[in-house]
Amino acid sequence: MTLRKMAPYLYIAPCILLMGLFVYYPIVENFRFAFYEFSAFAPDKVFVGFENFLALFQDEVFYIALKNNIWYAVISIVCQVFGGLILAAILEDPLTRLLSGFFRTAFFLPVIISITVIALLFSFVYNPDIGILNSFLRLLGLEEWTRAWLGESETAIFAVIAVSQWQSIGYIMMLFIVAIQSIPQELYEAADIDGANKFYKFLHITVPQVKEMLFVATLITLTGAFTVFNEPYILTSGGPGNASEVLGTLLYKSAFFRDEMGYASAIATIILLLSLAAAIIQMKLFKTGKEE
Amino acid sequence: MEADKITSTDYSMQSIRVRSYKRKKIAGAIPLYTILIFYFLIIAYPLFWMVINSFKTTEEIFSNSWALPTTWLVSNYVHAWNTGISEYFLNSTIVTLSTCLLTVFLSALGAYGLTRFQFKGKKLLLILCMGGMMLSPQVSLVPLYKLIQALGIHDTYLALILPYVAYRIPITVLLIRAAFLEVPKELEESAFLDGCSTWSVFTKIFLPLNLPILFTGIIITAYFTWNEFMFALIFIDSDSLKTIPAGLMQFRDALQTNWGVLLAGLMISAIPIITLFLFLQKYFVRGLASGSLKG
Repeated sequence: MTLRKMAPYLYIAPCILLMGLFVYYPIVENFRFAFYEFSAFAPDKVFVGFENFLALFQDEVFYIALKNNIWYAVISIVCQVFGGLILAAILEDPLTRLLSGFFRTAFFLPVIISITVIALLFSFVYNPDIGILNSFLRLLGLEEWTRAWLGESETAIFAVIAVSQWQSIGYIMMLFIVAIQSIPQELYEAADIDGANKFYKFLHITVPQVKEMLFVATLITLTGAFTVFNEPYILTSGGPGNASEVLGTLLYKSAFFRDEMGYASAIATIILLLSLAAAIIQMKLFKTGKEE
Repeated sequence: MEADKITSTDYSMQSIRVRSYKRKKIAGAIPLYTILIFYFLIIAYPLFWMVINSFKTTEEIFSNSWALPTTWLVSNYVHAWNTGISEYFLNSTIVTLSTCLLTVFLSALGAYGLTRFQFKGKKLLLILCMGGMMLSPQVSLVPLYKLIQALGIHDTYLALILPYVAYRIPITVLLIRAAFLEVPKELEESAFLDGCSTWSVFTKIFLPLNLPILFTGIIITAYFTWNEFMFALIFIDSDSLKTIPAGLMQFRDALQTNWGVLLAGLMISAIPIITLFLFLQKYFVRGLASGSLKG
């Protein structure tokens, strides 16, 4: 009898334990750590109150990183959410049915490939001498546009952001394809009878019908933009100087190069708050959209 | 006679209409295909470039990176394999297999507990799972690093496997839960009447009945684990324990100027998961449809 009562708890215990220990406990600890000063291997922590945050707000690299994260968010929304939706709509259009399977697989391929592989590959694409990008510009006779894309502070962050778009558009596209496939076909047929054109059908049927996925996709993209680490770390390590620093690389450097664990936790707290804020604002926006 | 005439004109009218409809259709398809082909080139060209240059010497990449290799140097792949990639490959395989099996097994247990019992605190796991999907590992990096040191598992396979499993459980539980909810009540009731325990209902009915969804769980976990970079970079110090994503950084530094071999290493790292995807696409898409697949 007692075993029977215990049974459900035994089944869910491993999940709860692992998530509690490795997902939830560290999040809570992180808030606490942000108020201390300590190093990776020393056992002692010194309570410093809001000092880490104050130092952070006076750190000019923090603002560079924040600005870059915002660029990341804006460009990712345009390319991944809008671009992904348009590609999905084209691939689900009856006119492209013949080859849509092929294109869908091809566009999704970068999602499957490890970001390390992609980032190292793009360090070749951007290579000033042999890179595809510069060669292509020379081919078009745009010699004066060629440059060391990752090596110049004006272009570095945008070159990094472009790699993320190249990899992730296919992912968001696939989410939209799944959503579009569940739209009832009768809606389009009815519009056809009324003689509606493609743009009309896209704006008045497809977009409203995939609204929920639009919300999910924006959320994924925004969270991704504020927590990004891999691409900038591998491609530029935040350089040249701090030109392509993002909050993620700043956090990593503070923790594991400068050994300022408390400071790093403060950055992590800011990242968490930013992605939460983005989520909440978005929920509000989408709700007002629904009421209209 | 009269009727015949009408039908024939009718026919020709119709064929004109069909033809013009077809022409209109083709005209409509052209801009769509233009966009698709344009984007296809953007995606495919760098990948194609990687493939052909992975068979060249560094000098040839420099002198002519656009052409096909004059001689196809398979030796680049051998060289890459022997310069560390084989070790990273083995580590990735061990970590990925362990993570997949543990994640899917524990999530199936959790999903079974969630769907087949009425008990206090049932909602808690559901909420923890949903919340867990939103939290990204970057945010808890420092405490996680401390925790892994405190547990004494830093620089071991477990330093990767345990956090991976923990971070993949939320999505996998939700995925499997949805499938378990569909299993008809009568099946387990008759099993209970035959004197089966909840455990044997789980192993003899729920697991075998839901193999496709368990498989989907394995696929999306494998995809995540094979490609994860940040934990792999931070929680493992020894070169001999590194998985492919972190190992490639080491590999690049070791090969500075030997580009052909570096590209061959990239190819070897990407091929297993691409192969898996090409053969098992529908499982990928199903896993993706039920939630976010990215870390």
